[in-house]
Amino acid sequence: MDTAFSSEDLKFQSDVREFITNNYPKELKESIGAKRKTGKELSRDDLMSWHKILGKHNGWSAPGWPKQYGGAEFSPTQKYIFEQECARAECQYIMPFGVNMVGPVIYTFGNDEQKAKHLPGILSGDVFWCQGYSEPGSGSDLASLKTSAVKEGDHYVVNGQKTWTTLAQHADWIFCLVRTNPNAEKPQQGISFLLIDMKTPGITVRPIKLMDGSHEVNETWFDNVKVPVENLIGQENMGWTYAKFLLAHERSGIAGVARSKKALERIKQIASTEMSYGEPLIQDPAFKSKIANAELELNSLEYTELRTLAKDSAGKGPGPESSLLKIKGTDIQQMVTELAMEAVGYYANPHLGTTLSNEYVGPDYATNLSGSYFNFRKASIYGGSNEIQRNIIAKMVLGL
Amino acid sequence: MNFDYTEEQTLLENMVTSFVRDDYDWDTRCSIVKTEEGWKEENWKKFAELGLLGVPFKEDHGGLGGEATDIMIVMEQFGKGLVVEPYMPSIILAGGLITNLGSSDQKNLIIPEIISGDRRYVFAYAEPQSRFDLFDVKCSATLDGDNYNINGFKSVVFGAGMATHLIISARTEGDQRSKSGITLFLVDIKSEGITLQNYPTIDEYRASEVIIENLRVSKENILGELGNSYEAIEEQVDLSTIAICSEAVGILQVLKDSTNDYCKNRKQFGQPISANQAIQHRLVDMMIEYEQAKSILYMAITADLSNPDERRKAASAAKARIGKAIKFVGENAIQLHGGMGVVDEYMISHFFKRATMIGILFGNVDFHMKRYIDLTQSNIQSINKDDGINLS
Repeated sequence: MDTAFSSEDLKFQSDVREFITNNYPKELKESIGAKRKTGKELSRDDLMSWHKILGKHNGWSAPGWPKQYGGAEFSPTQKYIFEQECARAECQYIMPFGVNMVGPVIYTFGNDEQKAKHLPGILSGDVFWCQGYSEPGSGSDLASLKTSAVKEGDHYVVNGQKTWTTLAQHADWIFCLVRTNPNAEKPQQGISFLLIDMKTPGITVRPIKLMDGSHEVNETWFDNVKVPVENLIGQENMGWTYAKFLLAHERSGIAGVARSKKALERIKQIASTEMSYGEPLIQDPAFKSKIANAELELNSLEYTELRTLAKDSAGKGPGPESSLLKIKGTDIQQMVTELAMEAVGYYANPHLGTTLSNEYVGPDYATNLSGSYFNFRKASIYGGSNEIQRNIIAKMVLGL
Repeated sequence: MNFDYTEEQTLLENMVTSFVRDDYDWDTRCSIVKTEEGWKEENWKKFAELGLLGVPFKEDHGGLGGEATDIMIVMEQFGKGLVVEPYMPSIILAGGLITNLGSSDQKNLIIPEIISGDRRYVFAYAEPQSRFDLFDVKCSATLDGDNYNINGFKSVVFGAGMATHLIISARTEGDQRSKSGITLFLVDIKSEGITLQNYPTIDEYRASEVIIENLRVSKENILGELGNSYEAIEEQVDLSTIAICSEAVGILQVLKDSTNDYCKNRKQFGQPISANQAIQHRLVDMMIEYEQAKSILYMAITADLSNPDERRKAASAAKARIGKAIKFVGENAIQLHGGMGVVDEYMISHFFKRATMIGILFGNVDFHMKRYIDLTQSNIQSINKDDGINLS
């Protein structure tokens, strides 16, 4: 048993650190920083420019992809180091929809033309993807989805509505689960996986405002949208298999250990600035013990993730254990956003960056902390709610 | 980065696993704890034959030169069998103190005898007022000619009734709660001046109150430097804490797996109770707690334990986190076993009791949380008020 980094790992770590120092654009850091302080939303460029820089560097925008598809093919240890370093430097995180979700589906189940057409754009960050899974009537029960795709000649005609489409307002393409056989014996058997160009006539995107006021998700409507048959991934009616594969990949990245660690570090700093009972808040025994509690959970989760990574490197892909990472990872993210909100006391109240006022008040580090708390209630709901994750573990791991 | 065992470690694990399976099945264990002695000396001989008594000792004293991982392997399997023989108190804690502090003469004499099973030392440190503070020592040792005269009271000394010798912590100078002035003495348990009150513990181990009255010990039997033993005590207790965390992880695995099996077999309303989602999610949460406990144990095992601050942090992080897991997994194991959970006859309650008592040993959750906080939350830099924060 050995978790010490080898000399190659240490070299890799310093390479990553150096690359970030030399290449993470100062303007991007400032632009994102300024928007954070004023509660403004990030633009497509803010979201994608770091991805684009990584995309030009040995496939670093896709750490887990095989080299043959242009990825970095990092070892589990390298992936871990890379994430740690990006979090440490507070780099803008990479949008998961292309790299972690549809990319692996395309290179695993797609044909050569699809790989050639789509993988380069995902790697480079020039093409922005979004996910068309959930529907108003199909949340946790995803297989009940109704959006239909009817084959007419060399096209599918798609009709229906997707919802919670994250950042669809920026997206060039959407990957969708659609019903191609409404008469299948089981609902899972009539589903196909389609790639759809967002510029196709008949697609309408409408914003959904979340409780923190952010525009992060959308409704996406399909009205007689014509999708060429060559955009079908794998076989017709086999989409559920690809969807499950994708969900396991989605969950494995979802623990967010490195980011939560960084956030906890910052909360400790805030708590040593904020005062309570005439002393820095960090001296308050109740607050201290909440911090320590979150830290212990995080330490444990870090090693749970490392154990999973070590198993992955032994050749097994992410399995149902990734549900555990999702449950604990999102638990901790919620713990952390709550602690941050709590740390700033009254300055959790101001809602900055709205159209109602141009005033900016309070310490800059307090901006939008309550917003993050409210926003992150989503984490235990998305990607398969944490109750669904427990059902998965009960069935797949415990055999109940 | 890997979490694999070496070939030798796999052999060690197989050996302890088969000992527990073949020589320590549940009925055997139940009969051992009912005897007057509360353990089986033959098992100790068997440990010696198997080389288990030498696991943590260096090769030049005839040991196996094992490290934290090897100790974890033994303790985890002993946990699964609820082995009552005093392996941790004698081999890990007392043995560790002798390795850490002994003169070469002392080590050459004593360690081979420990490894052969002929001597068993246990460490008498806790006192009625000390709770978990290792430096709180009232027991006094005063020089009288060439001998020390020791008087005091040591409480809940695990395995003392099975020991041939004691290591006693006594104050040779300083205040009751001073970290300096604590000296360790090696004594034969049959020495005049030592009286044991032996008793069973709630989890069917054995412990003793040790009354020390005018015990005379010669200077040669001081272990380590005069008045300068606190750091070594803290170090060996930290390493023993990690060892009992390993035992706890073994026990938690039994609690979790047995409860899983029980719920699949127990039928109510015409179906296994595991068909209910309320039960399923509880079992999942127990599994998650178990995995988190195991993970933080791995963190502790692979930490740089030769660095004192890293070692302190690792031990307290593991003990605090595993202590929480013990409560959650243990209490839910009993709950889900229903009536079968609360009876003495069925094995699950015994695992719960042992795990709970491990939760107290060397400091409970609150004690180690506080220690962890003190180690990690001093010297935090404050932040500039115009610095933004990124939580997404």
